[in-house]
Amino acid sequence: MGTAVITQASPKYGPPTDQTHAEITRDVVATLDTAPRGYYYLIFACVGCFLVGVATFIALLKEGLGLAGYQPPIMWSVYITNFVFWVGIGHAGTLISAILFLFRAPWRTAVYRSTEAMTVFAVMTAALFPIIHIGRQWIFYWLLPYPNQRYLWPNFKSPLAWDVFAISTYFTVSTTFLIYGLVPDVAAVRDKVTGWRKFVYGKLSLGWQGTNTQWRHYSRAYLYLAAFCTPLVLSVHSVVSWDFAASLIPGWHGTIFAPYFVAGAIYSGVGMVLTLLIPLRKHLKLERMLTEYHFDNLAKLTLLTGTILFYAYGMEYFVAWYSANTFEQTTFWRRLFGPAWWAGWSMVIPNAFLSQLLWFRKIRTNLTALWVISIFINVGMWFERYVIANALGNDYIPWAWDQMNPTWADWGMLVGSFGWFGMWFFLFSRSFPVVAIQEIKEFVPMPMRGKRAGAKAAAGAH
Amino acid sequence: MAERMVPGVLGHYEHMDAALETIEAFRTQGRKDLVVYVSHPNHEIEHALHEPISPVRRVTLVAGLTGTTAGFSLAIYTNGLDWPLLVGGKAPISPQAFVVLGFELTVLIGALSTVFAVIAFSFLQHRKGVLYDERFTDDRIGIFVPSAGAEQDKVASLMTEIGAVEVTRA
Repeated sequence: MGTAVITQASPKYGPPTDQTHAEITRDVVATLDTAPRGYYYLIFACVGCFLVGVATFIALLKEGLGLAGYQPPIMWSVYITNFVFWVGIGHAGTLISAILFLFRAPWRTAVYRSTEAMTVFAVMTAALFPIIHIGRQWIFYWLLPYPNQRYLWPNFKSPLAWDVFAISTYFTVSTTFLIYGLVPDVAAVRDKVTGWRKFVYGKLSLGWQGTNTQWRHYSRAYLYLAAFCTPLVLSVHSVVSWDFAASLIPGWHGTIFAPYFVAGAIYSGVGMVLTLLIPLRKHLKLERMLTEYHFDNLAKLTLLTGTILFYAYGMEYFVAWYSANTFEQTTFWRRLFGPAWWAGWSMVIPNAFLSQLLWFRKIRTNLTALWVISIFINVGMWFERYVIANALGNDYIPWAWDQMNPTWADWGMLVGSFGWFGMWFFLFSRSFPVVAIQEIKEFVPMPMRGKRAGAKAAAGAH
Repeated sequence: MAERMVPGVLGHYEHMDAALETIEAFRTQGRKDLVVYVSHPNHEIEHALHEPISPVRRVTLVAGLTGTTAGFSLAIYTNGLDWPLLVGGKAPISPQAFVVLGFELTVLIGALSTVFAVIAFSFLQHRKGVLYDERFTDDRIGIFVPSAGAEQDKVASLMTEIGAVEVTRA
């Protein structure tokens, strides 16, 4: 990260990098070479955090959910906060890889692989929490529809049953999309490395050679996968939001919830993309591929979704006031001025106000500022989910009102989730190309006779 | 056992226009069996080869519709027919409530079938034993023309004339 302002010109309509095809392959393959010592420290730190989570989980199995501060009326607690947070993180990846593909946004090419990987690992992390949350993990398969001697089927009129299908479909399709996009790039790595690595990447490339027949089927199918993923990404967080909105709890029962959750998910996801990509760019020496152009666009996406979120927050308060419903009004009053006011303000300040700094181009292109803002976005979005889950404590029975009281078992699982996510992401970043070689090349025209490839020869070509 | 090679000539190109010109030259001669290697999807090459649209789309459509049918059928059978139960005041068969299941299975079955179709079509149409070079996933374009005997000389000289930087034979 270190340095601040990036000075490279922004190729708005030209190729996203000034490199030739050979340089692109060389630089991306170089990211898979022997890692520096710092990388291993990072992996060990992640594994350490993950082990904290494992130890907490074992304690939960032994003692039960009471250890995690579950008490009436707060029966959805920090584990559901974590679940919604991690599902949301994944959304930016699919937006960048699928939706921006359909919109033909050239800046996605350099960033989409790492964000897609982030999606898969974030959903892997999220999927753990409903299972932990149910308490009796050994019977989680009751959620699935299968013929059984109890003659019971899941209730498909419940958003909770929809969520099982939404999350498992999202995980399966996102993983498929990631692996599918990786195949040509793994073949490019196979053709550059030697020894046992050539053997391994050779097997993983599934015999890819880049023939016209392979590309013909591949490109067409990629388009369809993107078309499937586009409504999928919008549906998943909508379904997650209906877990809350289909109930009658004040603060949850709102029609705004689906778009509000989707915008928030993309906002938090882009925040995590920035948190990961800014150090990764320096660590993997990808400065020529990840330029001001990419970060400026990521920041604009953050600004857009942050502004939608700002509007949604305002609209929630307006509707609470306009509804003349005492319970609704009290819930929103207590959100900012009640016992958990610190959580409310930790949500509003970074999400609604801090994102507005990105109107300024100087901030959008200053990596240090962007990275700091992205950290606040992560914190703010975690607190948003905390505040939403906390609404369960402000229902229609005032004498039963309570606040979430997280215990060490809640924090232990949160730390464990970051360790689990980080471990997979950083292992991936050194094992597979984090930048899509073939897609960047698609936007960098090949040389014509007597001319050099890249931006100089191709300026204005796209 | 060594793989049996398909006899032919493989031209290496560093320039896109030279590769396109070569494809057009062989297409003019009536050849439709060219194998073109390139490191990234390229529309110019696709157009030069006059390739039909991939049949993957048909698999995607059928699989997607199968998924939609499967989703609605599962919900209607389990919640509406096998064990009809009034929950939350909703009728046992509530189509609106089953939309999510229908949608998710459309995406799931559609996407997975699309990928399996690509694997199947690529595998079925892949010609084994065709000359290949590792630089084709990097910065070179390869054009393989199946040919044997004296024909190889003609093919090789045409490639070199147009701009092939290297020619190999099998």
